[in-house]
Amino acid sequence: MFLLEVKNLTKRFGGVVAVDSLSFSVSAGETVSIIGPNGAGKTTVFDLITGFHSATAGEIIFDGSNLIGKKSHQIAKAGIGRTFQLVKPLRGLSVFENVLVGAFARTGDRGEARRVAEDVLDFTGLLSLRDAQADGLPIGLRKRLELARSLATGPKLILLDEVMSGLNPSESKQAIELIKRLRDERGISAVAGVEHVMQVVMSISDRVIVLNHGKKLAEGRPEEVASNPEVVEAYLGKPD
Amino acid sequence: MRSRLYLSTLAIFLLAAPFMFTARYSQHVLILVLLYVALGSAWNILGGFAGQLSLGHAAFFGIGAYSAAVIASKTALSPWWGLIAGPIVVLPIALVVGRICFRLRGPYFTLATIAVGEVVRLVALNWSELTGGAVGVVIRPSGFNGTSKVPYYYIVLVVAVATVGLCQLISRRKLGYYLMAIREDQETAESIGVDTTKYKLIALAISASLTAVAGAFYANYFLFVDPTIVLPLALSVEIVLMAIVGGLGTVAGPVLGALLLKLSSEIFRNEFAQANLLIYGALLILIILFMPDGLTGGVRRVAALFGRKPLRVSA
Repeated sequence: MFLLEVKNLTKRFGGVVAVDSLSFSVSAGETVSIIGPNGAGKTTVFDLITGFHSATAGEIIFDGSNLIGKKSHQIAKAGIGRTFQLVKPLRGLSVFENVLVGAFARTGDRGEARRVAEDVLDFTGLLSLRDAQADGLPIGLRKRLELARSLATGPKLILLDEVMSGLNPSESKQAIELIKRLRDERGISAVAGVEHVMQVVMSISDRVIVLNHGKKLAEGRPEEVASNPEVVEAYLGKPD
Repeated sequence: MRSRLYLSTLAIFLLAAPFMFTARYSQHVLILVLLYVALGSAWNILGGFAGQLSLGHAAFFGIGAYSAAVIASKTALSPWWGLIAGPIVVLPIALVVGRICFRLRGPYFTLATIAVGEVVRLVALNWSELTGGAVGVVIRPSGFNGTSKVPYYYIVLVVAVATVGLCQLISRRKLGYYLMAIREDQETAESIGVDTTKYKLIALAISASLTAVAGAFYANYFLFVDPTIVLPLALSVEIVLMAIVGGLGTVAGPVLGALLLKLSSEIFRNEFAQANLLIYGALLILIILFMPDGLTGGVRRVAALFGRKPLRVSA
């Protein structure tokens, strides 16, 4: 029984096939990376799963029910959280309030929502910044805030779009640590979209899916994928 | 503790105000200020909290006013029933308007609300059997014969306090946070489970209904309603000004905005004769230049200058 099952997912924008008959699955408690060069279709896959775009064809089964045709907020409530490639903090709100809005997806009770928000801030190491304005944060913290806000909704699966882009080495180390703890401490599955093949990211992934031109190029354990000649070619071009 | 003290002082002042200002004109100004406190606060739920800038709220005000007027002219009932009939009539109209206009975002939404305001104005102008057309409706006073302004003061005080109280309640609850999330970023809001369409409709429904109540009060107070008085675009703009000058999306904003703008416009009208609008305009420009986030933002910054903990006026 898979937590998420994507079958023959296709998305056309006019004549461009952004995602081409893609199938993959994610088990409960698994961390999967989708890697691929810029324009490979990673963000489109996330947008399709979370209902921001409608699929041209295919099926998306989450937790036993079909997500096709559902609205984004329904998908979020069903248990899929996401972050955005270009972070979108709720600018006028504080760090705490950003996370609180997420927590209200679980409960209408203010006290309970505050407890959830505080717990998530603590888990993500943002508790000391709770009263800071969200738009004043540096990029690394804004990315973490996105994750925290999404985590507050109580997801079973979280889609992380370009978690590492724009982060300096120490920030990406922290981000990797956090993703590990997501799985190990909270049992939350994650699908991380990553542009560059980075050994560190691959080391935290249970499985890696390589996307190129909207198609699945390879899939497997990180070390298998890294040594796959087709993958190397997609990134670096054909050797002479 | 301290805020409770402020609140009780304010409550005593508001209750005693008609006895401290006994001149009919002063009482009239107080009534106007409170009416605009209610209007600005009602608008702020949709425009300030949810960030959906409506320039069509005169439509809801006018429909509320006409509800009272039509009750007076077509039935034997008291036009005060308009305070209940107004929101009942406005609610379904607001929901239909919302269904259509909320497909649009940003300036396009605002343009659509201007169109709604104009449509309602033209309907009122041409549906003469019901509205009296351009001639308008004269309302016979009911309950109070209009010699004293004091009862009107207390009624509008209840309307204003209830509206501001509701804003305060909303701002601290799930609804308030969901509306602010919608204002800041609709995609983000959707991604964390906010049904943006539903919550925008809720904000519009509350905002429009409260505006209709204020409109119905207006009709009972002025005893005359016609399209140029209760349905002009200028009224929609004036309502928005209360909230923007005071501070968008804050509970205190429209209250401060209405107080400053209504008081100053009355004072300028008396002191400067024909130049009053010029000076009023200059005041607006000054506020917008030096307090771009409104009076509440200005107060916050001044407080910060004196080393106090920044005041959170919004929540």
